Amino acid sequence: MKTATDETGTPKARWERETVQPALAKSPERSTSFTTISGRPIERLYTPEDLADWDPARDLSTPGEFPYTRGIHPTGYRGKLWTMRQFSGFGTPEQTNNRYKHLLAAGGTGLSVAFDLPTLMGRDPDHELSLGEVGKCGVSIASLADMETLFQGICLSDITTSMTINSPAPMIFAMYLVVAERQGADWQTISGTIQNDILKEFIAQKEYIYPPRPSMRLITDVFGFCAREVPKWNTISVSGYHIREAGATALQELAFTLRDGIEYVQYGVDAGLAVDQFVPRLSFFFNAHSDFFEELAKYRAARKIWAHVMRDRFGAKDERSWKLRFHTQTAGVSLTAQQPYNNVVRTALQALSAVLGGTQSLHTNSLDEALALPTAEAATLALRTQQIIAHESGVTNVVDPLGGSYFLERLTLDMEKGAHEYFDTIDRMGGMVEAIERGFPQREVAESAYRFQQAFERKEKVIVGVNDFVEKEHHPVPTLYIDEAAADRQIDRLRQLRRDRDNNRARRALDDIKRTAESAGNLMVPLIEATRAYATVGEMCDALREVWGEYVEVPTI
Amino acid sequence: MAKIRVVIAKPGLDGHDRGAKVIARALRDAGMEVIYTGLRQTPQQIVSAALQEDADVIGLSILSGAHNHICPEVVRLLKEAGLEDVMVVVGGIIPDLDVARLAEIGITGVFRPGTPMQAIITFINENARSRAEAI
Repeated sequence: MKTATDETGTPKARWERETVQPALAKSPERSTSFTTISGRPIERLYTPEDLADWDPARDLSTPGEFPYTRGIHPTGYRGKLWTMRQFSGFGTPEQTNNRYKHLLAAGGTGLSVAFDLPTLMGRDPDHELSLGEVGKCGVSIASLADMETLFQGICLSDITTSMTINSPAPMIFAMYLVVAERQGADWQTISGTIQNDILKEFIAQKEYIYPPRPSMRLITDVFGFCAREVPKWNTISVSGYHIREAGATALQELAFTLRDGIEYVQYGVDAGLAVDQFVPRLSFFFNAHSDFFEELAKYRAARKIWAHVMRDRFGAKDERSWKLRFHTQTAGVSLTAQQPYNNVVRTALQALSAVLGGTQSLHTNSLDEALALPTAEAATLALRTQQIIAHESGVTNVVDPLGGSYFLERLTLDMEKGAHEYFDTIDRMGGMVEAIERGFPQREVAESAYRFQQAFERKEKVIVGVNDFVEKEHHPVPTLYIDEAAADRQIDRLRQLRRDRDNNRARRALDDIKRTAESAGNLMVPLIEATRAYATVGEMCDALREVWGEYVEVPTI
Repeated sequence: MAKIRVVIAKPGLDGHDRGAKVIARALRDAGMEVIYTGLRQTPQQIVSAALQEDADVIGLSILSGAHNHICPEVVRLLKEAGLEDVMVVVGGIIPDLDVARLAEIGITGVFRPGTPMQAIITFINENARSRAEAI
């Protein structure tokens, strides 16, 4: 690839010839090829010669200015630090409410709700499919009553809350809005985020209920409702995190996430919304994986691509539509059950890449998460990791300290180019919904997952404590154990709720959801009424199941 | 020699199928006949698949913490169907406390995060006998 330049005798070629070759003759490199964790080949050295196609004014620009490669804020973290938002939820609403109060007292600056699988799948705790799952992977929320308990003593006008919920996002959001209203908070000023990103569920995490097209309608209904009623709310968190966890490369995470974002904007426009009316409230969510520079390039390329796509493809005029804001979580998939204390170090490095990449908020994983949901001690240490980066490392004193690195800028350009190639492929298929229906991103991700597994088996990729530096002795760490008491409690409470509420009102509200789904009205309106009538998540989701049916994936290896 | 037949199943509500798909492919590449059931299979569906596919092994991928409910049910239904010779293995996040419990109810192998594929392949090759051969 570099022969042409070598012949012209550039400084890099001269260095290779006169200095590197003699050194290699004495001591060869550790490997014949060096690659990132995603398998991207990395050269020995990057110099200005590698940036011949790079224009700093165009490609790098300055912080707070188009295309925001160096960040969306002119002053970086010198103004405001990122939000330290620890994803948390387990057992009953009471148990999780206690954990939130603990995290806030420890200096956490935002809340992030983890729901259990029945809630995520729109099933009540007493449904047969919920057996053994209630409160296990997150908190169980079946109705407004649970939501009121979850935020007991936490003032929703003072704090922002992120809720990781997708298919039932409008139902859970309706519950949050009613709790806020009852606390006296103003919908016009409260803020927070619902994940509400169904496309990545079809691609990666598989927590879908309805087929893709009605699922997209639910999402554009939320966009439209919030533009009018809850203007500061982040209506979606377009997520690469789960795509990456499922095995995607950094490039696939970037490309599929941004292409999902484009799909949502297109569906919003097709639903009659003006771009600048809803795009400023779209947010993103990326994974902070272990390959430091590749991750940095990913975040920077993401901002740059989004700015261009919004301005040039969609004609957005409002600068807020151009600015990609994102949350980051360190890579759960990188955590190991073996030698769990090593996870603290992994997480710290990953978090540093997110900070240097200009994240708006961050979750750091706990050391025990390859084993169980985190203990309070482990969760506190994870938060402390962020505080140490923020207050001790010095990296927050300067905006985009790594901007201009030959290596990083080359990687950023390559990421951008690779993402556009994926966009072209997906555009040719007709869009992301069509690509998903054909199984394209799903196959790409599965292929990458298998390739990484093979590289791991061959020890081309080392995971410390797992395939190298292994210890025979197993040193257990304390873990959180969730017993069945939470499930029993939630089921009892649900039965009580069904006895106490006005069942006629709930029934009428559920019928109204079905009628609205069959027409063109905004579904948030009947969902809020059903919430006030204490209809459950399962009942509201069932109402829509009756109209739209359920999505079943064709299993492929 | 008859190929070992493996049903890989993903029970419960969880959709995280990376592990299930990777192990399915690794077992297939190692020469086994692999049937992947897909997501959200009930114990009954899994046992029916094992019966229909004449499986020698059932591999359950469980990350959600529901293993204490799902595994005993699969074992019970296998017995009921007269398939007690089908070996059941589990992969996923299983707390220390539960590993012994699963062994007691008849789960032959529990593979936790970080287990090399080769270790699982070797385990199945050494412990599963092709039912076709046994007959």
